[in-house]
Amino acid sequence: MTTAPFPPEVLVIDDEVQIRRLLRLTLEGAGFRVREAEDGNLGLVEAATKRPDAIILDLGLPDLPGIEVLKRLREWSRLPVLILSVRGQEADKIEALDAGADDFLSKPFGGGELLARLRAMLRRVQTREEESGVSFGDVEIDFARRVVMKAGTAVKLTPKEYGLLRLLVLHRGRVITHRQILRELWGPKAEEQTQYLRVYMTHLRQKLENDPTQPKFFRTESGIGYRFSEE
Amino acid sequence: MSDPTRPDPDALLASIRRSEAKDTRGRLKVFFGMAPGVGKTYAMLEAARKAHAEGRDIVVALVETHGREETQRLLEGLPVIPRAMIAYRGTQLGELDLEAVLARRPRLVVVDELAHTNVPGSRHVKRWQDVEELLAAGIDVITTLNVQHLESRADTVRQITGVAVRETVPDSMIEAADEIQLVDLTPAQLRERITEGKVYLGDRAAAAADNFFKASNLTALRELALRLTAERVDKQLRDLREDRQISAIWRSGERLLVAVGASPFSTRLIRWTRRMAYALDAPWIAVNVETPAPLTPEERKLLEENLALARELNAEIVVVPDRDVAGTLVRVAQQHNVSQIVIGKSRGSPVLDFLRGGSLADRLIRRSGQIDVYVVPAEPRTGRSRWREWTASSASQPREYVTALLTVFGLTLAGLAVQGWTGYTAISLFYLTAVVLLGLFVGQGPILLAATLSALAWNFLFIPPILTFRIDKFEDGLMFGIFFVIALVTGRLTGRLRAQERDQRQREQRATALYQLTRAVAVARSADEVLRNAAAQVQELFGARLAIFTVDPAQPGRLVLHPAATYLANEKEQGVATWTYRNHRAAGRFTDTLPAAEGFYLPLLAGENCVGAMGVKPPAEGTLPVSQRGLLESFATQIALALDRERLRATEEAARLSQESEKLHRTLLDGVSHELKTPLTVIASAAENLADGPLVAEIRTATQRLQRLVNNLLDMTRLESGMLRLRRDWCDPADLINAAREATADAWRGRDVRTELPAGLPLVRADAGLIQQALANLIHNACVHTPSTAAITLSAGADEASHQVWMRVADNGPGLRTDQQGRLFDKFFRGDPGRTGGLGLGLSIARGFAEAHGGHVEANNQPAGGARFTIFLPLEHPASVPPE
Repeated sequence: MTTAPFPPEVLVIDDEVQIRRLLRLTLEGAGFRVREAEDGNLGLVEAATKRPDAIILDLGLPDLPGIEVLKRLREWSRLPVLILSVRGQEADKIEALDAGADDFLSKPFGGGELLARLRAMLRRVQTREEESGVSFGDVEIDFARRVVMKAGTAVKLTPKEYGLLRLLVLHRGRVITHRQILRELWGPKAEEQTQYLRVYMTHLRQKLENDPTQPKFFRTESGIGYRFSEE
Repeated sequence: MSDPTRPDPDALLASIRRSEAKDTRGRLKVFFGMAPGVGKTYAMLEAARKAHAEGRDIVVALVETHGREETQRLLEGLPVIPRAMIAYRGTQLGELDLEAVLARRPRLVVVDELAHTNVPGSRHVKRWQDVEELLAAGIDVITTLNVQHLESRADTVRQITGVAVRETVPDSMIEAADEIQLVDLTPAQLRERITEGKVYLGDRAAAAADNFFKASNLTALRELALRLTAERVDKQLRDLREDRQISAIWRSGERLLVAVGASPFSTRLIRWTRRMAYALDAPWIAVNVETPAPLTPEERKLLEENLALARELNAEIVVVPDRDVAGTLVRVAQQHNVSQIVIGKSRGSPVLDFLRGGSLADRLIRRSGQIDVYVVPAEPRTGRSRWREWTASSASQPREYVTALLTVFGLTLAGLAVQGWTGYTAISLFYLTAVVLLGLFVGQGPILLAATLSALAWNFLFIPPILTFRIDKFEDGLMFGIFFVIALVTGRLTGRLRAQERDQRQREQRATALYQLTRAVAVARSADEVLRNAAAQVQELFGARLAIFTVDPAQPGRLVLHPAATYLANEKEQGVATWTYRNHRAAGRFTDTLPAAEGFYLPLLAGENCVGAMGVKPPAEGTLPVSQRGLLESFATQIALALDRERLRATEEAARLSQESEKLHRTLLDGVSHELKTPLTVIASAAENLADGPLVAEIRTATQRLQRLVNNLLDMTRLESGMLRLRRDWCDPADLINAAREATADAWRGRDVRTELPAGLPLVRADAGLIQQALANLIHNACVHTPSTAAITLSAGADEASHQVWMRVADNGPGLRTDQQGRLFDKFFRGDPGRTGGLGLGLSIARGFAEAHGGHVEANNQPAGGARFTIFLPLEHPASVPPE
């Protein structure tokens, strides 16, 4: 998908010139086109006028808080956004994800990880059409018939377990925050009840993972949420 | 309209308050009897023995055995607190040692004879006040009481027995009692006991049997005691209904009002109303209408006593100045939603009543509308004629009499001189003018004197035949009569006007003082300013000095004298102030608590919160009338509010400052963090993109080490600055361990790292990021301090017994040296300084994070060899997950 004539274009919004340069080198090396903006306002203008395919947004910007940039962007655009944050900014990170960021990456990050996240994001955009079924490991899910099979035998899931599974699998590769899952499955009043999630996630892992104590597919993003990962 | 089936919210609230108050207050049990000798003390001691045998912490603080042997025997074996000995007129008298009991803090204390009056010099005037304080301190009390000592029954008992009762206990004390046990004996049995000498010893027995203990008296007293107990049972039943809401009874919300004046008869009226209010379970108000007619000092004292009695019996006191008594009573009644007015039967003269448009009762009944009016008969009048009252009220200074005399004398001389031109009739007008003018300057007595003298002088010296008191002509006689009447009336009127004016001025002064203080409080920039202003006002209004005590910020519960005070309180006065502050009640001079003090002390109450005490020290002979006390209380409230506002302002300021400083700190930390991490990020990311090689591997290792160091330093700074804000969430310990394991993969790569995570681990409420970091630090520590062949085991579990969840990092390396174990978690402690790098912060941070969660860390050697580091967190139980 990175082939010419139109390789995807990524807008980098970061105030640190070194980080921008680093990202440019990494991304261009992988075949992306890169645009840069050094603060939030410029970034929003660039995003509106140049219509990039994805945005990499630093949370600590000099003029606008990154979260504000994201909220303004989300008022009119569903462009995939990858958040860059430093350790210790967990609260901001969660707020950004809740506000519609697609994924996050903590500094310092490796180039390989960055590219993997970016590609996963772009892939999700391209395959937005309804899927009728998914399979991973020895598990097969048939969304149309609401049937889940593991190693050839049907697995009994409660409606909430199935809902959780479907939510994570449909957004595969992406972090879903606790708040997002709770609101989706239990309603807005249960947004703080993280213990529900822990309990249901344990059930789901016990039923679908080969080693529930070392989960391979249903990954915990500590303090943030869960991510379904096929890799 | 209120729904008749719904409980009255006021009653419910009262019921809740009652039960709340009972939670902290001690319980009071009263052994109640009709007369001395029925065996109350005996019954009480039996109960005490029973409680003692059951192992309750009980002490006997005071028991009067009156030399009775059977009672004395019961005391044996019970712990006794010796009486406090107080010197009084050369002898030593034993009283209840309140301090000792409060210091000893037993669960239950025995105090005999609730109605006893303490020796002067004790803290309280009455023993029931001691008991009140014990109850307030949460100590249960059992005590004894005879019916004749009950405030509201004292009159009845006097009528029955002819013996005046001086030692009384307010009814509220008995009503608040949790339990009343009637100790009953028939009159015949009691008399038998007396003649046997079981109650009074020796000769007193015979005398007693003839006087107080007559069979007729005893029967009446017994009925009184039984009826009171029955009334109480009835009321308890009612309370029970309220509490349980058994068919909620709609109550009419009765409220009583009693008119109180400067009459000895008012006490009866007050007690009558009080009894009725209790029977109806209704609140009541005592109203005094201050008419312009001035009161003698004795009358004023009587009025104060009456109002004090009403206050003691839990009435709300209202004092209204007005000329029209009936109209004012009705107005106050309407304002307070009163349903029944109680007044005394008038004993004024029928003529005056006719002139006023009927007696007070008549006028009240005419205007009272829906309100019931009770007219309670007075007792026979006791002497003091109207005339004496009238003259007594006009006590004036001798100087004024001299002025009056001289005026009449001078006028007579002048009259003699001008008589030739004016004729003798006009002279009377001179006299009249002089009397009216005098009225502007002197009191009623001198005016009367001047009027009489001038009438006589005119008659004697001017009306023919002169130099006799005879009057020949009819019109002269008429003139003389009219002159005399006009002079008298004018004198009286002007005198009254002056008295009225004086009262008005005082009232005005009070209102102004309060207004000024209120305004000063509102605009004052500091509590100091308010207090200085208040001190000046108190000095001006009462001629008294003021001391304000505020809570010592260094030692909560202790008071310090505020510098704005205008008198220095000695240690004893300070003690009174402290008592006031702790008990939220007035004390000192003019009160029944520590009345020997020099000052009068009021608590400074801002709502429920007591912020200190206010002391007022009047001149030595000063008194404290109700109106002034009310004003002082308003002062205290204003001052308390000002102090409280000051306190809130200070708290707010401190909070704001700490917030500012925290913000600054955070900005700085974020800045440093950003500046350190950005270049590190660039180096690390760049190194990753370089082709693998030995030098690149070195760069990567160095970068990782640097990153760890920066992270540790920043973590340590956050911990030390107290800026660690936990974002707690329910977490799965297995998730935390797995995440820490992944985060430290670079450190343990190539080793044998196992996890032992049983299914069904309980959740912990923790900040996932912090605990994960703590675990990562432990894992990293294990990697650094063990040979690379050593295995590392990560495990977790729960200990229901000690309410803990634990997460452990164990290795099979060489283990810990015993001399290190105590210092392992100290900052900058390094196990083996020679071998490895690092600052020695990792373990210290792990401990800090665990402790921030209310947990702790432990390091020890495993039985099978190797070290293990464990994080313990409190085990909590999340709200259950709703079933599907």
